[in-house]
Amino acid sequence: MKNRRLAAGIVLAAAGVFLLVAPFGLKPYGIFILSMWAVMTIAAIGLNLTLGYAGQISLAQAAFVGIGAYITAWLTTKGWPFWPTYFFGGISCFAVGWVLGYPALRVQHHYLAFVTLAFNTLVYLIFRNEEWLTGGIYGISNVPRPSVLGFPLSKPIPFYYFCLVHLALVSAATWWLIRSPWGRAFVALRENPIRALSLGVDTRRYTLVAFALGAGLGGISGALYAPLVQFIDPTPFALGLSLNLLLMVVLGGSGYFFGPFLGAIVAVLLPEWLRFAQGFYLMGYAVLVMVMMAVCPTGLIGLADRLTRPGRRQTAAAAAEPAAESEAAR
Amino acid sequence: MSTLLQVRDLRKSFGGIVAVDGVSFSVEEGEILGIIGPNGSGKSTLFNCILGQLSPGGGEVHLDGRAVTGMRPCDLNRLGVSRTFQLLQIFPQLTVRENLILAGQEHKGTMLGRLVGPRDAGLGAAADRMIGFFRLGHLAGEHAGDLSYGQQKLLDVAMAFMAGPRLALLDEPAGGVNLTMLASLRERLRAINAESRSTFVVIEHNMEFVMALCTRILVLAEGRVIAEGAPAAVRSDPKVIEAYLGHS
Repeated sequence: MKNRRLAAGIVLAAAGVFLLVAPFGLKPYGIFILSMWAVMTIAAIGLNLTLGYAGQISLAQAAFVGIGAYITAWLTTKGWPFWPTYFFGGISCFAVGWVLGYPALRVQHHYLAFVTLAFNTLVYLIFRNEEWLTGGIYGISNVPRPSVLGFPLSKPIPFYYFCLVHLALVSAATWWLIRSPWGRAFVALRENPIRALSLGVDTRRYTLVAFALGAGLGGISGALYAPLVQFIDPTPFALGLSLNLLLMVVLGGSGYFFGPFLGAIVAVLLPEWLRFAQGFYLMGYAVLVMVMMAVCPTGLIGLADRLTRPGRRQTAAAAAEPAAESEAAR
Repeated sequence: MSTLLQVRDLRKSFGGIVAVDGVSFSVEEGEILGIIGPNGSGKSTLFNCILGQLSPGGGEVHLDGRAVTGMRPCDLNRLGVSRTFQLLQIFPQLTVRENLILAGQEHKGTMLGRLVGPRDAGLGAAADRMIGFFRLGHLAGEHAGDLSYGQQKLLDVAMAFMAGPRLALLDEPAGGVNLTMLASLRERLRAINAESRSTFVVIEHNMEFVMALCTRILVLAEGRVIAEGAPAAVRSDPKVIEAYLGHS
C-alpha cells in the first residue's frame, strides 16, 4: 500500500510538472488542445460524479456544457463581466440538472439514458432554431476572454493557466466531496439503492444532487469553453459530445477520481497525436478505443489498480464495477 | 413494557396471489419475536410492507402509537427502525469500516452538515466499536466484497445496529452461516438485546437458532397467522407441525 501511494504520488507530481511546463514547448494550437483537455476534463469530472459515483446514466452532459457556454457567450458579448456569467452558467445548469434528475427517480439504465438523450437533443434544437436568442447556426462570435485582477488572459498561455487553475479547483472540490459522507452515499446509491434506503440514505435527494452537481460542472466547463474557442455554434453541443464525454468517463475508469483525466487524454489528445496517420487517424483512434475497452472494461485506472493490487480477490461485482474506495487510485 | 410495533390487519396481494392476508400482531419493547413459516408464507413480504419497501393493500402499521403505514424506508430508519434482507445486502466496494459508517451517517446532522463535516461523520470510533463487537477487527480495512460469506453476514447484521435502532427486523440472519459463526451471531444478538434493550423481529428457517433466540414465535402459513406463543408451545402445536415443521 505504501509503495502504491508513493508511486501514485510520483506520477501525480510528474503530471503536475508536465502540465505547468508543457505550454512553453508548444505552438498556439497545441496550447489550445491542452486547454481544451482541461475544459473537457471538468465536464467529464461532472459526469463521473453522476454516472461513476452515483450510478445514474446521463447522455445530456453536452447540453449542460452548451448551456454554460451560451450563457457566458451571450452575456459577455453584451458587455457583462466574465465572473457573473460564469457563476450564472454553473448555477443555471445546477438547477436544470436538478430538474432533469426527477425522471431518474422513476426510470433507470437505458430508459434513463433515453430521457437524457432526448433532453440533449431538445437543448441542441433550441440552440439551433431559436436564432433570436442563440444566433442559430451562425452562433455567437467574438466571445471575449476575461481578465483577472487587471491581467488580460487573451493570449493562449495565460488562458491555458486560467483553465488549469479551474481544473485544479474543481478537482480539489470533487476530491473533498467524494471523500465526504456524500461520496459514500453516492457509492451506496450506485451499488445498492434498496439497502441504502433502508439505512436512512435519502436516495431521492442524493440522486437529484448527483445530477445537479454533474450538470453544474458541465456548466462551468461550458463557461470556460466559450472564451477558449471565442466562437460558439450549436454543432459541438450535439449528442456526439455527450457520447464523447461518456467515453472519457468509461475509458478512463468510471467511479475513479482520476478516470476523467485519463479519459480526456484519450478523447481529446490522442486523436491529435494520431494525426501523423493523416486520413486514417480517426480509424486508428476507433480501433485503439475498441482494443482498450476490450482489454480493460473497468477503464485505464481500473486496469492499473488491478495490476498493482495482485493480492486482492476479485468478486464478480468487483470485476465488472470500479473499486470506488481504491485508495491509491482515488 | 410498552408496545413498540403494532401491525393491524395488514394485506398485500400480487395480482391474484394473496401474499399477506390480514396479519395482526404486536411487539413489546425489548422483546425478541421470531416469525417462522414455510417458503412462500409471506414472511418477507410482511417485512417489506411494514418497512415501506412495498405499499400494503390494506391495514395499518404503528410505531410507538404513531401511524407509519407506507412511510419511506429512509424515514422509518431515522425513526429508529432498522432491517436486514433475506439476501446479503452490503456494499462490496466499500471497506468494512465504511460500510458501518455509511449505516449510521444519515442519522448525524443535516445533509449539508455532513458535506462540510468530518469524513467519518463522527462515527469512526462507533464503527470501530461495532467492528470489535462483531469480531471483525482484523478486517476493518478490507473491501466488504473480499470477505467470506459468513463474515459478510456478520457485517450485514452489524450494519443494522450501527445507528442504535429501537427496532431491528432481521430477515434470515442465520441463512448460510456455519455453526461456529451461528453461535457467535446468536451471542451477539443476545448481547445487543440485553445491553441496549433493542427490540428484534427475526424471520428465520433455522429452528434451533430461532427457538433459542426468541422469546415469542409467530407462525405464518399462506399469508395468515396460524399460531403464536412461546417457542415450546409453538413447537408442539399440531397446526404448526402440519404446516411447517412436519415438512422439514
